[in-house]
Amino acid sequence: MQSSSSGLAENKSVLRLGRSKRWSEECIKAVLFLCASISVLTTFAIVWILIREAGIFFQEVPVSDFLFGTLWAPLLEPRSFGVLPLVCGTILIVVGTALFALPVGLATAIYMSEYASSTIRSILKPILEVLAGIPTVVYGYFALTFITPLLREIYPEVQIFNAASASIVVGIMILPMVASLCDDTLRAVPDSLRQGGYAVGATQCEVTIGVVVPSSLSGIMASFVLALSRAIGETMAVTLAAGATPNMTLDPFVAIQTMTAYIVQVSLGDTPAGEIGYQTIFAVSALLFIITLCMNVFSNKLLRRFREVYE
Amino acid sequence: MIANLLKAKPTTNVVTGKMEENQRNIVLEIEDVKISYSGEMAVKGITLSIPRNEITAIIGPSGCGKSTLLRSLNRMNDFVLGAKVEGKILYHGIDLYGKDVDPVEVRRKIGMVFQKPNPFPKSIFDNVSWGPIINGYKGDVYALVEKSLQQAALWDEVKDRLKSSAMTLSGGQQQRLCIARALAMEPDVILMDEPCSALDPVSTAHIEDLMFELKKEYTLVIVTHNMQQASRASKYTAFFESGNLIEFGETQNIFTLPKENRTEDYVTGRFG
Repeated sequence: MQSSSSGLAENKSVLRLGRSKRWSEECIKAVLFLCASISVLTTFAIVWILIREAGIFFQEVPVSDFLFGTLWAPLLEPRSFGVLPLVCGTILIVVGTALFALPVGLATAIYMSEYASSTIRSILKPILEVLAGIPTVVYGYFALTFITPLLREIYPEVQIFNAASASIVVGIMILPMVASLCDDTLRAVPDSLRQGGYAVGATQCEVTIGVVVPSSLSGIMASFVLALSRAIGETMAVTLAAGATPNMTLDPFVAIQTMTAYIVQVSLGDTPAGEIGYQTIFAVSALLFIITLCMNVFSNKLLRRFREVYE
Repeated sequence: MIANLLKAKPTTNVVTGKMEENQRNIVLEIEDVKISYSGEMAVKGITLSIPRNEITAIIGPSGCGKSTLLRSLNRMNDFVLGAKVEGKILYHGIDLYGKDVDPVEVRRKIGMVFQKPNPFPKSIFDNVSWGPIINGYKGDVYALVEKSLQQAALWDEVKDRLKSSAMTLSGGQQQRLCIARALAMEPDVILMDEPCSALDPVSTAHIEDLMFELKKEYTLVIVTHNMQQASRASKYTAFFESGNLIEFGETQNIFTLPKENRTEDYVTGRFG
């Protein structure tokens, strides 16, 4: 009797019924989903607004005039909406940046992954991270107050605002990104490949240049593209250092205007919203967005190819 | 009973693998070599001679120091942090760890094939030609690549696709490519660190046949876990256990009439 009743009680406590779902778990899942959807929704909202507003602009200005026109004067009569001077300014900055940041960044990465002792590495890496953490407006003033005067001492014709000093600071700015991404891909090259290189009588330099770098070439390319897409989108430093003069030129020592700097100029100015001059920033933004999107997709493709090699 | 005890060799006896006869035909003389990693002794004083144009096998349980010793023969241990080599390794009488010895030069003469095939992510042709080219090979590179691939018994399988990536080859083909890569340097000695452990039996047989061919021109030292491989392929066998050389001699004797009980236990599969 005693034993059977206690058996029944035990049975009840073995498995509590009526709780097929734990609400706390469901709640947490919902909150997490909400957080995750914020960034996705924001992206879609931005794309939608860009398309809608740029659509209004292109109702008044033909796409071909916008893409192939060589005079950008959207705010003054007679107006002209050829975006090429802004694209040209942006390209000038990106090329200048690439010339400086890509070789130096790759060299830094090679040094860190192949040559540096772990002590030097542990000093170098945090310093690079500090460099990456400096606000971009500080870089802009650094260009204006330090690099431009330096350039003028060498070459007095240099204008106060110029593409060269902006390129240099943007280069310094993306240097940590290039170095860190390249460092990651170089370190992902298996040691067995390096040893294979040494085993046929290669020196360290020959192994690095002949085996390690080619093995991670697509990863290096991907980090280059990612870093340059950041250079294209960079705003504050180029607004401060490169000026606000749309200029169809390849001369790095004169004032230019990039796409991003133009958007800042209009956003801060007194152009009334809804007016065609104001609509231009959406058209320029859409173009900028398409360019960086293409570059990011391209860089992801490269990275995926790199992963396939070792798996 | 007592007589038996007296006859049994004391286990503390230092075994040396020195060969008195044919001194001229010794390529590598390992003299009392001790190798440690950050103070931990992996090889505890080994003396061994490697004869020319023969296959010498090193066998022993995992962690016995056989790979460590092999890697010290062409200074690949230089890349291991904290690795320290004591004693002498004489290559044709020159101490490989001497002050004026360039390790890069050593590796040109003493090539190596690794446990896992590690072809470069380059074309088949470039895999073989890269070593000679960076070392300033003056002759006909194409002929050298063809000869090396033929020696490695891979030529017929790849001659129509020399430009395709080495990554498209099977594991066994990749390992033969790595052998061809080592041969293209026209080395004197080839070290093989368990060259078949990642391969299937057919590819293994391929590579063993290849070793027989290669010993006509090269001196081979192989480390292997595979007892059959050692008994089939090698002329001499060294048995290592926990960093010591237990026994060294002609392979036939090691496998049929081992002097040491531990060797017998190991080769008959009673442990290890």
